[in-house]
Amino acid sequence: MTQPVLEMRNVSKTFGSVKALTNVQLTLYPGEVHALMGENGAGKSTLMKALSGAYRPDPGAEILIDGLPVDIVDPISSRQAGVSIIYQELALSPNLTVAQNIYLGREISRTGLLDKAAMVRSVEPVLQRLGASFTGETTVGTLTIANQQLVEIARAIHADSRILIMDEPTTALSSRETDGLFSMIRQLRSEGLAIVYISHRMNEVYELADRVSVLRDGTYVGTLERDQLSPDAIVRMMVGRELSSLYTKTNTGDKSDAPVVLDVNNISDGKHVKGCSLTLRAGEVVGLAGLVGAGRSELAQTIYGARSRTAGSMTLGGKPFAPTSPQQAIDRQLAYLTEDRRGDGLFLDMSCQDNINTGVLRPDARWGGVLNLAKARVRAIDAIQSLSVRVPSETFPVGGLSGGNQQKVLLSRWLQIKPKVLILDEPTRGVDIGAKSEIYKIIDSLAQSGVAILVISSELSEVIGIADRILVMREGLISGEVGGNTGIAPTQENIMAFATGVDLPAAA
Amino acid sequence: MSMISNPVGLETPGSVEARKRKFRAMMSTAGMLPVLLLLIVGFHLLSDGRFFTGQNISIVLQQASVNTVLAAGMTFVILTGGIDLSVGSILAAAAMAGLIISNVPELSNLWIFASLGAGLLFGMLNGFLISALKLPPFIVTLGSLTAVRGIARLLGNDTTIFNPEIPYAFIGNSSLPIIPGVFSLPWLAIIALLIIVLSWFILKRTVLGTHIYSVGGNEAAARLSGIKVPRIYLIVYGISGLFAGLGAVMLSTRLYAANGLQLGQAYELDAIAAVILGGTSFVGGIGSIWGTLIGALIIAVLSNGLVLIGVSDIWQYVIKGLVIIGAVALDRLRQRSSARS
Repeated sequence: MTQPVLEMRNVSKTFGSVKALTNVQLTLYPGEVHALMGENGAGKSTLMKALSGAYRPDPGAEILIDGLPVDIVDPISSRQAGVSIIYQELALSPNLTVAQNIYLGREISRTGLLDKAAMVRSVEPVLQRLGASFTGETTVGTLTIANQQLVEIARAIHADSRILIMDEPTTALSSRETDGLFSMIRQLRSEGLAIVYISHRMNEVYELADRVSVLRDGTYVGTLERDQLSPDAIVRMMVGRELSSLYTKTNTGDKSDAPVVLDVNNISDGKHVKGCSLTLRAGEVVGLAGLVGAGRSELAQTIYGARSRTAGSMTLGGKPFAPTSPQQAIDRQLAYLTEDRRGDGLFLDMSCQDNINTGVLRPDARWGGVLNLAKARVRAIDAIQSLSVRVPSETFPVGGLSGGNQQKVLLSRWLQIKPKVLILDEPTRGVDIGAKSEIYKIIDSLAQSGVAILVISSELSEVIGIADRILVMREGLISGEVGGNTGIAPTQENIMAFATGVDLPAAA
Repeated sequence: MSMISNPVGLETPGSVEARKRKFRAMMSTAGMLPVLLLLIVGFHLLSDGRFFTGQNISIVLQQASVNTVLAAGMTFVILTGGIDLSVGSILAAAAMAGLIISNVPELSNLWIFASLGAGLLFGMLNGFLISALKLPPFIVTLGSLTAVRGIARLLGNDTTIFNPEIPYAFIGNSSLPIIPGVFSLPWLAIIALLIIVLSWFILKRTVLGTHIYSVGGNEAAARLSGIKVPRIYLIVYGISGLFAGLGAVMLSTRLYAANGLQLGQAYELDAIAAVILGGTSFVGGIGSIWGTLIGALIIAVLSNGLVLIGVSDIWQYVIKGLVIIGAVALDRLRQRSSARS
């Protein structure tokens, strides 16, 4: 076997009294894509930050590159050792050009003046090699997320990196862009780069990885070779127990007789939503699939009153429904869980209690606006216990929780208003697999209690697993429906066909 | 990465971890209190025991009172991530309006309402421009800093208006005896304290207060959770203007006069300094009114103490500025080290 390009042994990291990593190891060979998996909080990011120089591991850790021990003390020494990391949140300066970003921190200068021409010249071959559609002089802020990622990759290659770490690189990409990224990763692998790929998405890991290492609770569980890979095996290693089934669906019966709760008739927002109609019945879970940019979130926000509706009409519970603000939708017990919980969902500096009670402060208040703190506390504790949110206290700031627990807090905010209609936008994005299965259980029990639920998701296996039927959007229109009693099987192929509009499936 | 050691549910109250967290929360609320106490002790020693006497403390509290009221209003604004540069000018215009009314025989008893009303009006005008036209608060209030100053001068034809018989003059000039002969609390200080308590109640015990923190913490999330964000902006700038109007009432009763050009010059800077010293984040969403009170007291203690120990007027400026920067730098360092452990 060839010499490993990287060996990490005995890596531990302690924060105060918390052990984030305990004697973790990782071996990486040139020309392999090595997936690193584990639930949120398992220590993947901490391990990678020890490698990229963002953290210093505890004494006793060994990091060997090409068999030689190296001392990684800061990001610069990590880069000199040939390691590049691409974070989930890209670390680019949007107002600078591609070349300036690639050279950030080590600009070419002649007597203090930037030599822009030289920088642009030297990045051009790298961009060509990656097949980039932009030049070194393009301003980064004008590029799509996928192209910005390409800039990060170019930066890594330009610095002659031999180890590339990618942390959840597909989160913000459409499936076409994901395909592009994957072929890029395969090309880099064939050129001998070692790639650490962190992802929660089983199918991506399945598609790309040569080997998979799994962490759990800050310890190393093991490494699977390509021929040992199976979703069951990985999940077992990640959660440390058998997971009978990821998805929960109790009532799979026909719900076409259930009363209509929400009826949306030909609504538009004048931009991204171009005349969409849909019906939600009590107790139904309806999936809404489509490519990124198809207008799914915009449709949801138009129903919710967060975007202005330029055409069409709606009824809710049989009565006309025309919200011009979210408050009006909330008053009618229709709630929208945002896809970006940190960006426009949670108040990260505020306590779990405040976040859970946001929607019911006014109805709970006494004497025209004085908080009912006792009731708020009871609500918070009930919600934390019934959704088993892992948090030390209801006064704990929500920003300190893991993704899954944050999502549960946001979900319980909307459960407080006793919703009749619940629109969930990417409810399991960036959530670990254990919390995912818990969220599916919550969705299932809400549906059983009669809530009409619309689930927007980019994970096809997820919508197929939990929805009664699935609507597919393309370019602002509902282009098709699968499952239920449509006669079209709810398969990934059929959904993708409607989503892309390339070859429509024959009705089965 | 989650740093929570117990796996499921809530920790038991009174456990070591719960108590540790409570202590840390208390420390961060206390914030600048140690700096204030240090200054008091320092000045007391340097002035041979002349600082911490009943009479001098009463003077310090009186000197702090107007700035405390302005800073309380500023706290509302900064908690939403905004800034109000116009409070000094609004104070001047509101004082002019009040004195003009106080000189009208039939209306003279209503002059307080003229001041408060003028303050509220200008504040809401700021709020309207910021929320309805979506202009940056810095620019709107920078504009009204100048424009309202002009209005204050216009109101008195650029002269000083006097009223030696101004009703309610006791507000600015008398005190409530606490320990007869030793310590009495000036009415100005009582008003300032009441405003602090009222602000605390609004911020921490009402729906409005929670909404103010929410808008400052995450405006997009506030909008999506049904909070009427423009209304919140209108209210916080209205409160800031109203409190500037109250500051005008306090100053007018003290001076029996108002001058549109000079009154309240640069008051916005002391008010902002008090809020910053109090640990309220400029980004919004984080901060407390008690911190603001401590900040305002630090500024007043500095002004008074430096005079008491005979530091020249020029050096007072330098020292005050450096203390503000130094105190905030110290606070940042302390927070960073506690976040790391």
